[in-house]
Amino acid sequence: MAFNIYDFTTLTKSIHEGLSSQLSPTATLAIEWTIVGLAYLLFVALFGLFLVYAERKVCAAFQQRMGPMRVGPWGLLQTIADFIKLLMKELITPRDADKFLYNLAPFIVIIVSFLVISVIPFAPGLSTFDFDIGIFFVTAVSSVGVIGILLAGWSSNNKYSLIGAMRSGAQIVSYELSVGLSLITMIILAETMQISGIVEGQREMWFIFKGHIPAVIAFLVFIIAGTAETNRGPFDLAEAESELTAGFHTEYSGIKFAFFFLAEYINLFIVAAMATTVFLGGWMPLHFGDFEGFNQIMDLIPGLFWFFFKVLGVIFLMMWFKWTFPRLRVDQILNLEWKYLLPINLFNILLMAAVVLFGLHF
Amino acid sequence: MDELKEVMITTDEIRTDEYLINMGPQHPSTHGVLRLLVQLEGEIVHNVQPHIGYIHSGIEKMTESLSYPQIGHLTDRMDYLSAHQNNEAVALCVENALQIEVPDRVKYIRTIMSELSRLASHQLWWCVMGMDMGALTTFFYGLRDREDILDIFEETCGARLTVNYSIPGGLMFDIHPNFQRDVKAFITKFRTKLPEYDRLLSGNVIFTERTKGVGFLSKEDAIAYGVTGPTARASGFACDLRKHRPYSAYDKVNFNEVLSDVGDTYARYQVRMQEMWESMNIIEQLIDNIPEGDYAVKMKGVVKLPEGEFYQRVETARGEFGVFIVSDGKKNPYRVKFRSPGFSNLFTINHIAKGWKIADLVAIMSTFDLVIPDIDR
Repeated sequence: MAFNIYDFTTLTKSIHEGLSSQLSPTATLAIEWTIVGLAYLLFVALFGLFLVYAERKVCAAFQQRMGPMRVGPWGLLQTIADFIKLLMKELITPRDADKFLYNLAPFIVIIVSFLVISVIPFAPGLSTFDFDIGIFFVTAVSSVGVIGILLAGWSSNNKYSLIGAMRSGAQIVSYELSVGLSLITMIILAETMQISGIVEGQREMWFIFKGHIPAVIAFLVFIIAGTAETNRGPFDLAEAESELTAGFHTEYSGIKFAFFFLAEYINLFIVAAMATTVFLGGWMPLHFGDFEGFNQIMDLIPGLFWFFFKVLGVIFLMMWFKWTFPRLRVDQILNLEWKYLLPINLFNILLMAAVVLFGLHF
Repeated sequence: MDELKEVMITTDEIRTDEYLINMGPQHPSTHGVLRLLVQLEGEIVHNVQPHIGYIHSGIEKMTESLSYPQIGHLTDRMDYLSAHQNNEAVALCVENALQIEVPDRVKYIRTIMSELSRLASHQLWWCVMGMDMGALTTFFYGLRDREDILDIFEETCGARLTVNYSIPGGLMFDIHPNFQRDVKAFITKFRTKLPEYDRLLSGNVIFTERTKGVGFLSKEDAIAYGVTGPTARASGFACDLRKHRPYSAYDKVNFNEVLSDVGDTYARYQVRMQEMWESMNIIEQLIDNIPEGDYAVKMKGVVKLPEGEFYQRVETARGEFGVFIVSDGKKNPYRVKFRSPGFSNLFTINHIAKGWKIADLVAIMSTFDLVIPDIDR
């Protein structure tokens, strides 16, 4: 089996050829799908656990604490222990809840997160779906997640849950505009909606540098709106602990709560991965125009490392927001979107169009 | 035009119902077992009805079967963040009734301890205020600095929270030899740490947007509702007993009564932040000048108050705390009534929070700095 850390197409190709030489095309396809599915499940579970651990350590660092230290070295096994605890807890369904919708809601939320993750290119040759409408798919599918949250809040038959769900609905529907528009700004620059094409277009220079002013504005708007999309602080109104106890997932326990919890962290990864792919060059290494020596050294670092390095950087930024800022009020959160981000975004699209039209980018 | 009319009629017919939610008795932002019955229309608060009685411990009735030195021990358990000031109020009340003059050393130490517990209380309030607004990091910043004060308390009297240090006739023990050094070290350190609080929370644009111009309490209403303490001073009501009815060593120090005439959530926040600076000023003026002498006067084994009614009030971190003792000349009081600041402050909440949003209700409640056992004795 040929394995090349710089290009995963050799690995996938050798697996495909090995399988199809032994089996019928249908069986090959079935086995490949299973491998891909299991790989995603494993990745999401492990990366989700890692992010929970990272969040605890990051927040501990901001709060002058140690974070988890007891279970395993540096508390590394703490999140695994927590996950086992969540698996074993009793699943409680409130008596007057709408049982079907109540049980359905966490699955909608988690399935949506899995769907979006499938189009993200991790490294050269390491992505599953590569449509010509990749960005469109991401924005379209990620907006289905709000239905899960709304259903969770509605079907729990709890007033706190309902308020949380309504807040979440208003917030996500509003901020989707900003996410979409800031991505459109970059599509103008990239001239393609295919995600592999967008990454390929950044071989010489990342789009955030190439598009200079409008790209930086779009990046800032995307990070703000993306934080709001994931329902994380300072936009965590949907679960606002001090106001609504736990918001839309107040009544959920055990593994169903874990689904919401995991989905939040996958969404965090998705926002960071989209920011990386569209603005920061995906798995492309950092290149400076004519510095050949520098560029060659950067090329030695594999794409997979570049991707996760950038993703973790953006995730750290979003954790920084959460552990520093107070929460916004519901009217302020909508004001921020409709009165500030949306006009800025619309103006920014025109600016980017002008930049591309007159060739003012680098 | 007809179509437009139809649309207008249908929007008129859309009616939203008010609904009730119970915030508490178990709720993260009521900081204890307080229950608020909140009438909401969407996010907007129409009516708030506080219900108390979930942690009623009958302290006033219990005191009737206790001797006077014992009463002080129970007052620790009411407003546990102002434990020292509550002790002091009982001690002063009994001393006044018996017409005992305590040594200057006692007065100085009591004042320093009062201000230290005010600082510790305001620090914890700041932690919780940040948490109620969703800024979780504030909690650990505040507790970090509060720890130093609690260490000083522990060194002085063995307890960290329910200090039980002031007793009728003076103090339980003399101060630890390291007391002055530790307090000075704390003040020096906290003078550099307090600006961090401002950088983390007060200057944050989200915080100021959420607190400025929210939840007004006018001076007239503050007086009418009997609001005291920083909550009233933020509305311009000069009610600082340390200034206007000085007790212990407050007449020997120079300090400003922090006042604001705005009366919104931000003003209540700022008044407490400024009070921390003033408390540090007071301590610095006293700490090097603690006179030598006894730490208590000799009291009789059984303290009996003369027949009559005695009242003493002190300024705690939350406002005016009063002790009213009716004595029939025996060793137990006939009746004791405590006037707690939190009780009067809490019941303005309906007046202030009406028309604001749920998130504002939480922020407003946070600026009252409620301690539930203080309300629900």
